[in-house]
Amino acid sequence: MDRVVIIGAGECGIRAALTFREEGFTGTIDLIHGEPHTPYERPPLSKPCADGLSLKPIMGALDLGPNKITLHQDLAATAIDRTAQQVLISNSESLAYDRLLIAIGAKSRPFLWNDRHVPNLAYLRTYDDAVRIFERVTKGSRLTIIGGGFIGLELAVQARSKETHVTLIEAAPRLLGRAVPAEIATVIEARHRAEGVEVICGANIVDVDSKGSITLQDGRTIASDLVVAGIGSVPVTDIAAAADLVIDNGIAVDGQLRTSDPLIFAAGDCCSFPHPLYDGKRIRIESWRAAQEQGAHAARAMLGATDDYQSVPWFWSDQYELGLQIAGLSGEASQTVRRDLGDGCFILFHLSDNGRLLAASGIGLGNSVARDIRVAEMLIAKRSLPDPAALGDPALKLKSLLTA
Amino acid sequence: MAEWIRACATDDIEDEDVIRFDHAGQTFALYRKDDQFYATAGLCTHEKVHLADGLVMDYVIECPKHNGRFDYRTGAAKGAPVCINLKTYPVKIDGGDLYIEIG
Ligand SMILES: Cc1cc2nc3c(=O)[nH]c(=O)nc-3n(C[C@H](O)[C@H](O)[C@H](O)COP(=O)(O)OP(=O)(O)OC[C@H]3O[C@@H](n4cnc5c(N)ncnc54)[C@H](O)[C@@H]3O)c2cc1C
Ligand code: FES
Repeated sequence: MDRVVIIGAGECGIRAALTFREEGFTGTIDLIHGEPHTPYERPPLSKPCADGLSLKPIMGALDLGPNKITLHQDLAATAIDRTAQQVLISNSESLAYDRLLIAIGAKSRPFLWNDRHVPNLAYLRTYDDAVRIFERVTKGSRLTIIGGGFIGLELAVQARSKETHVTLIEAAPRLLGRAVPAEIATVIEARHRAEGVEVICGANIVDVDSKGSITLQDGRTIASDLVVAGIGSVPVTDIAAAADLVIDNGIAVDGQLRTSDPLIFAAGDCCSFPHPLYDGKRIRIESWRAAQEQGAHAARAMLGATDDYQSVPWFWSDQYELGLQIAGLSGEASQTVRRDLGDGCFILFHLSDNGRLLAASGIGLGNSVARDIRVAEMLIAKRSLPDPAALGDPALKLKSLLTA
Repeated sequence: MAEWIRACATDDIEDEDVIRFDHAGQTFALYRKDDQFYATAGLCTHEKVHLADGLVMDYVIECPKHNGRFDYRTGAAKGAPVCINLKTYPVKIDGGDLYIEIG
């Protein structure tokens, strides 16, 4: 194997490229980057620091040259020719591969009104999106956010810090959907209300006009200077589907992140894979850390490693001074144990029928839940059956359960 | 100019654990493992997060924010997302107290 091509220079593609070099691969690496900027981190787009929005390069994105990784910036892969083992790019060149990695991420789920895109509606996925949004998030202006997910809520935090009026509309009865336990969603909702965000749950939109005025079923009309939709994201699969690779909630890969073509791998937000810790259930993860880990895993698999990707899913979000962290998947859990850490910080442990720890979710000041969530993650990875009483006892060091 | 500062009582740190110590506008992380003590800069080199909220496993401190890892004996960054090493500081014990040398 001499030629590697990677499509997409997000967190996943960059980590994959660098992993090839760390593992001693000496062939060519071509990285096709569909965006005009230096490859950058997405999480800071919804959590800019005090001095405002800035483009934060992905770690290692500035070391591609010295590592002999060729970055094709602002060029898109337009097609994959599996027979010729070539990727066609938008400047009409083609790149031949022995192994191909598709790491093309996800895009914002479009908010359609009467099956049409709404004019002037904004989304937050790219740096350019963030620039456009933050230009208009100013003191006294009115922002409406459709969708009570992480990105919309983080945007609300930023907008309040700039004294923008914020209305957040969520169709479901509560914020943050199924991935976050109701007890934690309640804390976050209360925090946003205390900050002056008008949160409307269970909202049923009956009209959206071309100026962005939104009418709800209860008769309320919400006028604003900017409307942002944050209703989740969908995997990008276009070029993979066009090349007849199997698609199933993203580009379908096996445990080693290989697609239905043995020479082609996919990783990060764009792929779905069977997770060994959850009965081999096919899942797709949108998380910064998983994107990196999967990029590294795919690179090693392409070099011949045979182990399955099985890291515990992990996610964080910042809401004002509160930090939320979630490890694992709580979907199949049947019991919950609460551990109170003081100052309103707490962790919920989600266990299966037979007592296996499946997930842990915590919220607290800053990083106060981080340590326990990290230990929980290790317990989840070990398929441990921790004593629920011990989990719930804050006086007992969680770390001691690792050796139990 | 280098100076020795009393940081804490040795008993303030549990085995295989870390605490935060602030002094003159600077913040440090102090570690104890098998009755040896170590001191590093207090903030992660990735995003200035307090490392004392992180988890210590053996000789590794893991950042609470994105799990960047450092060997706290040498300050060495152990891979993505951290690439810049942590500064380390000499320590000494006098009586039951831990001192670190800063400057
Ligand atoms: C605003 C925001 C905040 C977030 N906050 C958090 C957080 O707090 N915690 C967390 O865990 N996760 C967070 N995430 C999620 C995290 O950023 C993603 O999971 C991660 O970026 C996924 O990395 P990826 O490399 O798989 O995909 P992406 O980052 O989407 O990168 C894919 C790249 O491929 C490019 N591409 C697509 N098609 C082509 C093509 N045909 N040719 C060339 N290039 C192409 C895309 O333009 C993109 O640059 C956040 C995401 C956003 C948008
Ligand atoms: S802040 Fe420490 S790893 Fe990111």
